[in-house]
Amino acid sequence: MDTEISVRVDGVPRRLTVDTRSTLLDVLRERLGVTSPKKGCDHGQCGACTVLSGGRRVVSCLVLAVTQDGSEVVTAEGLASVVAADDEGLGDDLHPVQRAFIDCDAFQCGYCTPGQVVSAVGMLGEIARGWPSAVTGGTGEPRLDRAEVAERMSGNLCRCGAYVNIVAALQQVAGASASRLTVGTGPAE
Amino acid sequence: MKPFDYRSPADAAEAVRSVAGDPTAVFLGGGTNLVDHLKLGVVEPGLVVGVGDLLSAEIEELGDGTLRIGAGVRNSELAADPRVRERFPMLSQALLSGASPQLRNMATVGGNPLQRTRCVYFQDITTPCNKREPGSGCSAIGGWTRNHAILGASEYCIAVHPSDMGVAMSALEAQVRVLGPEGERTIAFVDLHRLPGDAPERDTVLEHGELITAIDLPAQPIARRSAYRKVRDRASYAFALVSVAAALDVVDGVVVDARIAFGGVAHAPWRAYRAEEALRGSAAAESSYRSAADAELAGARPAEGLDGGNAFKIPLLHRTLTATLRDLAREDT
Repeated sequence: MDTEISVRVDGVPRRLTVDTRSTLLDVLRERLGVTSPKKGCDHGQCGACTVLSGGRRVVSCLVLAVTQDGSEVVTAEGLASVVAADDEGLGDDLHPVQRAFIDCDAFQCGYCTPGQVVSAVGMLGEIARGWPSAVTGGTGEPRLDRAEVAERMSGNLCRCGAYVNIVAALQQVAGASASRLTVGTGPAE
Repeated sequence: MKPFDYRSPADAAEAVRSVAGDPTAVFLGGGTNLVDHLKLGVVEPGLVVGVGDLLSAEIEELGDGTLRIGAGVRNSELAADPRVRERFPMLSQALLSGASPQLRNMATVGGNPLQRTRCVYFQDITTPCNKREPGSGCSAIGGWTRNHAILGASEYCIAVHPSDMGVAMSALEAQVRVLGPEGERTIAFVDLHRLPGDAPERDTVLEHGELITAIDLPAQPIARRSAYRKVRDRASYAFALVSVAAALDVVDGVVVDARIAFGGVAHAPWRAYRAEEALRGSAAAESSYRSAADAELAGARPAEGLDGGNAFKIPLLHRTLTATLRDLAREDT
């Protein structure tokens, strides 16, 4: 069964007809040629397909594309341009999270990396909104120590085991102003 | 995956009519469980009706202090709500202990209680399963039982309900608001899920076409001193082997009242009425907590299996309850 949808992907409006069975992940990769979201498990367990939809990190393998009509999707490929479009003078080719991954050597084979990076951007947005995690406890404000990063990134697996440097990269990034790191497409406060 | 039609209705009433009028139709909330089941072939609907962005995503405080949580509220938003964190810590903790951040951003409050068991045999369409295919048998009995029930199971099914949120909702006396083809009704959360009996294919008391529109959380001062404790095989992002949601009201060293529910051990969130009853009026002391656990777990029955069975869950749950109550009694309120 075919349905027409309109969706903005990395800032570019796209209109296409999709099979109702198609996931957002498959539409991004197979129909739109946006291959940064990776198909790891295809069951929502590994996080390699993480994208931002409406500013929130989601696993695109468990999202039916038909539900995304009118939505704004950002993948790892679009992070730099979206930040640049915020006109905050970053003027960089890479999103600060991407740069931190390189600085800290936070990957080995790289397959999980686009999902890790997008997930981290979503995570920093959640921190900026004061969202707690299972580690935060009570009604306190979250601080990005190792335990917080590990808990908040537990939806992204890395089979190479680059976790130590991923944590280091995210702590480095968190040292910068959190407000500059949130993507401009997030839900209103 | 078999082809299906997709419909995006204008309102809840139209969504209910669409599903009620088609025996092969299903509601789609956040999709975190259903989309996986479509891929696995566990369900093969002819019509999928999207309600994730249709239902209220607001948490409204009513005049009597009740929090009305729209069914479209995402799990992550409910967990972060300052009123929930302050007044119902067990609920925020339960939500944050479930799934991953991405899945919590997707999963809806209305869909969460309707997620299905993660029994590996239920999810594997090549194995017999009475829940998926009534009358085909139960592969879990005598199979891999680590994640299965010790309370309220039957000879037809030993699967457990997977939600963490639901365990807290059971302890907190939540009310489920439902819209169906016959109109609205309200179901106590503790009555929403069924024990398997001889009809394990039915997880809940909802009829086909009935849609959860909101969950009401009544004001409960006791819940301010509450906690959710989950024991699992990984530190994060895993289902419970056992879990405990508990609230305790202690005055002058005596337990005045308690609310307790268990997760990971039954076909439904297990409200521990016997433990609550045993605690009322007793000293806030280790011996009382152990007696309460004894009272509730007297009826526990482990499953035997290829993995050595799940008898370990009985002492595990006993200790988890005792520790949770001990920690709560020490808390300043």
